[in-house]
Amino acid sequence: MDIVEELLKGNRLALSRAITAIENEYDEAMDIMKKLYPHTGHAFVLGITGPPGAGKSTLTDKLARAYRAQGKTVGIIAIDPTSPFTGGAILGDRIRMNGLTTDEGVFIRSMGTRGSLGGLSHKTADAVKAMDAFGKDIIFVETVGVGQSEVDIVKAADTTMVVLIPGMGDDIQAIKAGILEIGDVFTINKADHDGADKLVREMNMMLDLDGLMTDWRPPIQKVIASQNEGITETIENIEKHFKYISENGILTKRRTERSKNEMLDVLHSNIGSYITKKLVESGKMDEYVEQIKARETDPYTVVSNVMKDMLK
Amino acid sequence: MAKVRVLVAKPGLDGHDRGAKVVARALRDAGFEVIYTGLRQTPEQIAEAALQEDVNVVAMSILSGAHPHLFPKVVNLIREKGMDDVLIIGGGVIPETDIPALKEAGIAEVFTPGTPTGDIVEFIKANVK
Amino acid sequence: MSNEKIQAGLDKYNASVEKAIAKFPERANLPEQRLYTPLDISETDYADEIGFPGMYPFTRGVQPTMYRGRFWTMRMYAGFSTAAESNKRYRYLIESGATGLSCAFDLPTQIGYDSDDPISEGEVGKVGVAIDSLADMEVLFDQIDLGKVSTSMTINAPASVLLSMYIAVAEKQGVPADQLKGTIQNDILKEYAARGTYIFPPRPSMRLITNIFEYCSKNVPKWNTISISGYHIREAGSTASQEIAFTIADGIAYCEAAIKAGLHIDDFAGRLSFFWNAHNNVLEEVAKFRASRRVWAKVMKERFHAEKPKSMMLRVHTQTAGSMLTAQQPNNNIIRVALQTAAAVMGGTQSLHTNSRDEALALPTEESVMIALRTQQIVAYESGLADVIDPLAGSYYVEALTNKIEKEAWEYINKIDEIGGAVAAIEKGYIQKEIQDSAYKWQMDVESGAKTIVGVNKFQIEEEPPKGLLKVDASVGVAQCKRLAEMKAKRDNDAVKAALADLKKACQDENENLMPHILNAVRTYATLGEICGVMREVFGEYEAHVNL
Repeated sequence: MDIVEELLKGNRLALSRAITAIENEYDEAMDIMKKLYPHTGHAFVLGITGPPGAGKSTLTDKLARAYRAQGKTVGIIAIDPTSPFTGGAILGDRIRMNGLTTDEGVFIRSMGTRGSLGGLSHKTADAVKAMDAFGKDIIFVETVGVGQSEVDIVKAADTTMVVLIPGMGDDIQAIKAGILEIGDVFTINKADHDGADKLVREMNMMLDLDGLMTDWRPPIQKVIASQNEGITETIENIEKHFKYISENGILTKRRTERSKNEMLDVLHSNIGSYITKKLVESGKMDEYVEQIKARETDPYTVVSNVMKDMLK
Repeated sequence: MAKVRVLVAKPGLDGHDRGAKVVARALRDAGFEVIYTGLRQTPEQIAEAALQEDVNVVAMSILSGAHPHLFPKVVNLIREKGMDDVLIIGGGVIPETDIPALKEAGIAEVFTPGTPTGDIVEFIKANVK
Repeated sequence: MSNEKIQAGLDKYNASVEKAIAKFPERANLPEQRLYTPLDISETDYADEIGFPGMYPFTRGVQPTMYRGRFWTMRMYAGFSTAAESNKRYRYLIESGATGLSCAFDLPTQIGYDSDDPISEGEVGKVGVAIDSLADMEVLFDQIDLGKVSTSMTINAPASVLLSMYIAVAEKQGVPADQLKGTIQNDILKEYAARGTYIFPPRPSMRLITNIFEYCSKNVPKWNTISISGYHIREAGSTASQEIAFTIADGIAYCEAAIKAGLHIDDFAGRLSFFWNAHNNVLEEVAKFRASRRVWAKVMKERFHAEKPKSMMLRVHTQTAGSMLTAQQPNNNIIRVALQTAAAVMGGTQSLHTNSRDEALALPTEESVMIALRTQQIVAYESGLADVIDPLAGSYYVEALTNKIEKEAWEYINKIDEIGGAVAAIEKGYIQKEIQDSAYKWQMDVESGAKTIVGVNKFQIEEEPPKGLLKVDASVGVAQCKRLAEMKAKRDNDAVKAALADLKKACQDENENLMPHILNAVRTYATLGEICGVMREVFGEYEAHVNL
């Protein structure tokens, strides 16, 4: 099967295989991406993040249904952590979206973090592009937590939504800084639980103190995803944000920045692997390592010399 | 860096997921990526999830006796989608006498009660494409 | 003997043990303590904690004479294929001396789908009987006098509908509702946590349950309106303490819901019943039964301020552990079931289902069911275990174990209270996670050999595949769909439509008791799928919480 040709024709298996090539870093992934790239740039990318148990998948499910009702096609990338001990993962986000599985306008893909967080943001961005080229109108990228890795992942998004729930206690304190940095819109899920209003007040206070650099103030929406309450309002918030960034040139800026990052990512990983390969093949790698270990030289000198040799 | 991806699903209506969950955890601990889809999955849902997730293995569990009907149906739908190399295995309360027909229908192996999870892991490692 | 003397003796004994162990090491994986003495229960106040049968806190049993008057109800869970086939099996069981019926329904029935629903394909008549409408229920109980028999129905999410059908069949037999005896399982919380046959979300489900409590307290007073079930929690892999703790936490949630709906605790608590698992470890199981009665009595008295003794009694139905049956060397299961039966009887159960030897392979054959029933009869009539009340009371070990299980149960119950009750704990996935962790540990223990299962990980033999298993023919589904179509063609469809419209309206009004409306719809031969369909429309469906 010609993956690119079939993908562009709308073959779902081809899309699936393309994402596998990206995930597994197969050699053909680069070729696939080259050919898909001209067909990208149409989809709206929504990042969804928040602590475990916040109900992100249920919310994604409901938002996706709402977009489907508008006639839009949806791609979903759901990322779960890989166990650092066994290398295995249980990817359980789909269970919340089983109802979408047989809707031909929806494509859901679960991904494990697989240890390499840096690589993950790059792979996620490529998987998004594959779905974009496939013709998805809206692509959700859902990740757990709000650590640095997630911040990198959501850089692939046009709009980032942070989902919180009441009753998280001190957890919220710990993640406040990260939240403020990345949230374009906030959603307080399970708003029928005790403490929802308190959480909204806290969030507002944090936003007040933050002294926002832009004139976009992230809206805070209370939602009960399991009962479909607040979904319409959430979509309005997302759309308002998208309109705002479109009209103020921020979207262009973000996408330019993203293009630059993409190029740099590809550049770094390719140059890195090119040089590593050469070093290993020539046997110099072991030689240098031995010398460094014996303090005959140092990593900095080695790299300067390697660069001089290989990149003239 | 390729990883074995396994879809663990419960087709049909029975709610006994102790076995499916234990197997899912054991497969994770063996280093596989396990996509767990939970209860009451129709054959169509399982086949489509297998396609979207591009899994190497589909592992199903049924305790209700609906396996003669549901297992072959899943196999057919997956093959129809052009996924010829997916390893499809089943488990649950399945009488020995039903197993030949299930294998004939394309179920690579059937694991009955008392099977150590290690056997399932080994079978997958030996047979996954 | 004073405690000091006992302690001195124990010290001497322990020293001798050190020497013995040095020569003959003990087996691995044994309980921490090798011997129990009066010192282990020296803090236990006999009058307060152990007491007397039929008296608070009911540790020794709920009736004053227990099996010296009447044995437990020997109730065999059965049902498969069509209503007519199951009816034959029921009449066979009654003729064989079974004293109560226990209906197993197929999965479409349990989840509120008709046999002709596409999702029912392959499942019709498989794990129980298929019931689509009152017409099937009439056949199921044909020639069985509902005024005499007591019937237990394993039905949860659509319990209101099946109970209504039962009441309607009785009406046709001329038996008034206030004469009906039996139980519906009706325990939705354990469906979310362990068994998986839920339909609606917790809130409307709890409403349906309290509607049944209220309706039955007025109209079907001898009916046990719920069987709060630890059985399936244990089957899903929990420990003994978790089984009773999570179940009693569910029981607390039902009581709170009923009280919130305006009922008085003593008006419904006497009709609550429980359902325990009889597992392999005989003495642990006996202690579990005893501890559970003590915990529940305290919950009812101290937490809910119940006044009637009956409200404080934990009455329990028991089933031997299905998950402990092995597919290997299936005849060994007869022995397992016999030991489990002994545990349930020494634990003081009110009724018992014994599993058949072949159930790890398929539905049981008639011969296997007979052996299972005979097992109960042998324990009852020959073993002597039923002749003296609570025979293991006073055993240092059993009393200490009873205390330990009670303590562990309270710890879980308190933890669940902190989370916000059983419903919140299920919604957060807490209970499911605890059960899964125990299940995984069990499996790993079996695989490592830390736990021995005879015939599975030790003493295996080469076996021929077993012969003569019961098979439910696929044609059952076709025949059932045909019956359903014929019934639909005959009934008054306008009456059905009107009844369903009325039910929908009632569903939308939270203050309305749904039971009369469901009964009304059932009488018009509206199907289970149609009735549950209306409720699905208004209530929505539950989405499972999975946290592996």
